Amino acid sequence: MATKAFQKIYTKIDQITKATCSLKATGISNEELATINGKLAQVVKIMGEDITLQVFGGTEGIPTNAEVIFLGKTPSLKVSDQLAGRFFNAFGDPIDGGPAIEGEEIEIGGPSVNPVRRKQPSELIATGIAGIDLNNTLVSGQKIPFFADPDQPYNQVMANVALRAEADKIILGGMGLTNDDYLYFKNVFNNAGVLDRIVSFMNTTENPPVERLLIPDMALTAAEYFAVEKNQKVLVLLTDMTSYADALAIVSNRMDQIPSKDSMPGSLYSDLAKIYEKAVQFPAGGSITIIAVTTLSGGDITHAIPDNTGYITEGQLFLRRDSDIGKVIVDPFRSLSRLKQLVAGKKTREDHPQVMNAAVRLYADAANAKTKLENGFDLTNYDERTLSFAKDYADQLLAIDVNIDTTKMLDLTWGLFAEHFKPEEVNIKQELVEKYWK
Amino acid sequence: MSTKGKVKGIISNLVTIGVDGPVSQNEICYISLGDEKLMAEVLKVAGDNVYAQVFESTRGLKVGNVVEFAGHMLEVTLGPGLLSRNYDGLQNDLDKLTGVFLKRGEYNYPLDTEKLWQFKPLVQVGDQVEAATWIGEVDENHQPHKIMVPFNMEGVYTVKSIVKAGDYKILDNIAIVTDSEGNEYPLTMVQKWPVKQPINIHVSKPRPFKLLETGVRTIDTANPIVEGGTGFIPGPFGTGKTVLQHAISKQAEADIVIIAACGERANEVVEIFVEFPELEDPHTGRKLMERTIIIANTSNMPVASREASVYTAMTIAEYYRAMGLKVLLMADSTSRWAQALREMSNRMEELPGQDAFPMDLSAIISAFYSRAGFVYLKNKTTGSITFIGTVSPAGGNLKEPVTEGTKKAARCFYALEQARADRKRYPAVNPIDSYSKYIEYPEFEDYIKTKIEGDWIGKVNQMKTILQRGKEVQEQINILGDDGVPVDYHVTFWKSEVIDFVILQQDAFDKIDSVTPLERQEFMLDLVMSICNNEYAFDSFLEVMDYFKKVINACKQMNYSEFRSEKFEKYVAEVKAIIDEKKK
Ligand SMILES: Nc1ncnc2c1ncn2[C@@H]1O[C@H](COP(=O)(O)OP(=O)(O)O)[C@@H](O)[C@H]1O
Ligand SMILES: [Mg+2]
Repeated sequence: MATKAFQKIYTKIDQITKATCSLKATGISNEELATINGKLAQVVKIMGEDITLQVFGGTEGIPTNAEVIFLGKTPSLKVSDQLAGRFFNAFGDPIDGGPAIEGEEIEIGGPSVNPVRRKQPSELIATGIAGIDLNNTLVSGQKIPFFADPDQPYNQVMANVALRAEADKIILGGMGLTNDDYLYFKNVFNNAGVLDRIVSFMNTTENPPVERLLIPDMALTAAEYFAVEKNQKVLVLLTDMTSYADALAIVSNRMDQIPSKDSMPGSLYSDLAKIYEKAVQFPAGGSITIIAVTTLSGGDITHAIPDNTGYITEGQLFLRRDSDIGKVIVDPFRSLSRLKQLVAGKKTREDHPQVMNAAVRLYADAANAKTKLENGFDLTNYDERTLSFAKDYADQLLAIDVNIDTTKMLDLTWGLFAEHFKPEEVNIKQELVEKYWK
Repeated sequence: MSTKGKVKGIISNLVTIGVDGPVSQNEICYISLGDEKLMAEVLKVAGDNVYAQVFESTRGLKVGNVVEFAGHMLEVTLGPGLLSRNYDGLQNDLDKLTGVFLKRGEYNYPLDTEKLWQFKPLVQVGDQVEAATWIGEVDENHQPHKIMVPFNMEGVYTVKSIVKAGDYKILDNIAIVTDSEGNEYPLTMVQKWPVKQPINIHVSKPRPFKLLETGVRTIDTANPIVEGGTGFIPGPFGTGKTVLQHAISKQAEADIVIIAACGERANEVVEIFVEFPELEDPHTGRKLMERTIIIANTSNMPVASREASVYTAMTIAEYYRAMGLKVLLMADSTSRWAQALREMSNRMEELPGQDAFPMDLSAIISAFYSRAGFVYLKNKTTGSITFIGTVSPAGGNLKEPVTEGTKKAARCFYALEQARADRKRYPAVNPIDSYSKYIEYPEFEDYIKTKIEGDWIGKVNQMKTILQRGKEVQEQINILGDDGVPVDYHVTFWKSEVIDFVILQQDAFDKIDSVTPLERQEFMLDLVMSICNNEYAFDSFLEVMDYFKKVINACKQMNYSEFRSEKFEKYVAEVKAIIDEKKK
């Protein structure tokens, strides 16, 4: 970035930590950007003349006499249709060798939508995956993460969902992504011939972690441009938000804030909510849907990151390997789409809600039977039947490799009910049983 | 002259201000930033330095920005026209704001100053009045909205003049009262009140005892809440806190419903915006929105006004209670409010308590809950605020400061359980851990006798005993195996399952099942208890499950059918027939 003539240059840094620098300066705005020996930094604390900056690239090698130039603006992104098909770094600079974007410069992390101006989401997103469409139906304008251990194929599932979702734009925000995963996404989108609908903001494991803090806001600023200005259906993919939260913790701990649970900053809930709540259905037709990834450590969803996320997002999709069928499934117990009732049985067949609940209840009975078995007890005939139902159900419906439409999913489930149970064992409204029992 | 100051420091939304005059704790001030004015509240004074939390983003703020103090605390405007409105946490009318996005520093007047109201005087010239005396009445959405002497007027006044019945605007002078020294005080239909101070204008606050019907069986039948009672709903995410609160707010027999959406999802508020204007109040047949006020300060809105939002809601509730109305106040979620307190306390580098929450968190929660209650007003009428808050415990662990602090303050405890939610046993209220203290009150027992004949409480307690027994038996079966226990044990377990499936579980999204009026709850409890009180003849445990599954299935079909309809009666007969099959 070029220095402007009137800009004052400071060359005396008083304090340096792993992620922050402090110096004396005047006339500085809160959240203003600066460069420190060319590295981008942002004001996070002002106390009289003492200014603390968070350095995105990390403070390694910054000397006490580094050149500090304040830029008089907060992080921003130039937006226009030229964004489509392009790859950027966390600062919004192209990394694909293409030209710089021309367009209006917008501050990232902008204001929230007035809740009374939101429209209620109502458009179903079909993914073909029954663990999602049948049990946890997604809706445009929703925000939902995958909860998965790092060894689960969440990026693959997410890429599949993105391609089947029929979005006008897909905005990929990569945080701490491995280079291999970055190339995977690039390939998948390229092979599907949709690169022109993709905008990517990338922070890979090769980039400094604090830079990640800019990725969600960059991605969502681009998303708002297409959803508000162009009334488009925009799907934002954020992977992995756990890396984002870890970066937040690095910065806040450097600023001597008292950490709350799991060394996370006390403001973690608000910080994550500001991002996820950008998901919205606009009245003019545009929408922003956020599908994110929150990696877990050993399946622990009580850790502060997944826990706060779960309280913010509209459900979560929990991936788990099912050893009985040797496949990854969308776990029906821990997964939830909070918006499913807006479409299930309304945009899908009337029996959808009841069939979905009945199947999960029977699957829960199977879990009980399994516990019995493990404890060395005899199984009843009903127990045996729930177990064989559970196996079929997992294999034909819950597995992530399923790709069928919702009506087919419902028919399949009724088929499994009839194969393993009597009507009175499934607890479904009589009218529906009469109509659909196979 | 009002006090002025200058910004000295900024950390996120905590601003240090140097001042030139007197400032009071919790005073409101406005920070100038270009042509925007950002509202803030004083949290701490230390010498010449004042610490204030800004109710907005502080992006762009600089040292030296000018601050003007307002001379009052955060207050709400009270008057006719509050009903049906959607406010933010600072009582800005969200519908009046322009644009799709919220604009920083845009504040507005919360009421409609142009609307004409049909005013009816309730006092005459010469009458003695005091704070909260009803001097007139207007009709607000078919409810009598009392115009009261402002709550902050101390002592006794005499009515010097009062306007005749007719149409007036809220800011018109409708009366003049004089104090003992002859000073005149003109009154309008509007008054202001600082939100953090309770409105104490009642003469007494007895123990509440009148059932507040919610139509939710696991509440009304098992653990009832009362008019003026307090309750809280803790539960991990996704276990049904919001769905349960929405159900209560739709169905409860209240005059006024105030919903404080405090730091939770915007789409959940949108759901209310969409549904409430369409749905009918099951008690009056009028649209739900007519009796509702929404305070929406969702998670992406400024953190400091999240804290304000619950106080704003409570103050409006107290205002309507002073009119002798039955107010139901819901806050979702009080944990977000506690977290807002934590964020500020950390920034001010206060000594942290458990989990970094402020040390006095428990006292703050108790003080807030104590503002609810059933009261006798000075004119012998009664009013109530029933308060139900949700709690979002970190990691789902109920041993955390907000849950523990709330448990001390609230009298009803509706514990949502992950295992029940996972198994789709909604509402996921754990029937054994949850409680209502009110059901033990003799006043409540006397009251419920006037509503339901026979020994209702006896039956409810018996139901709970069976649930408890069922749970114990289930644990034994898990240890000893199905055939390791007598057949009787299976019968006990399945009786508890009948109670669970038929009484406790309730589909919030089914048109009929979602609301169960008291009469129907009485019918169902009688039926289920008669099933439970029978002795059955089974040869082996294998028959027991099959049999009771049939019972449950037939009873569930009843729950889905219109009460007393042909279909309903058909299933009643079916249940009876199944019972007779095996009854000893
Ligand atoms: N009574 C109920 N009947 C049917 N489904 C329910 C019920 N309560 C909760 N649910 C389901 O659980 C989901 C989460 O409920 P919600 O109230 O939003 O949870 P919380 O507020 O505790 O996070 C809902 O979207 C709905 O699918
Ligand atoms: Mg909720």
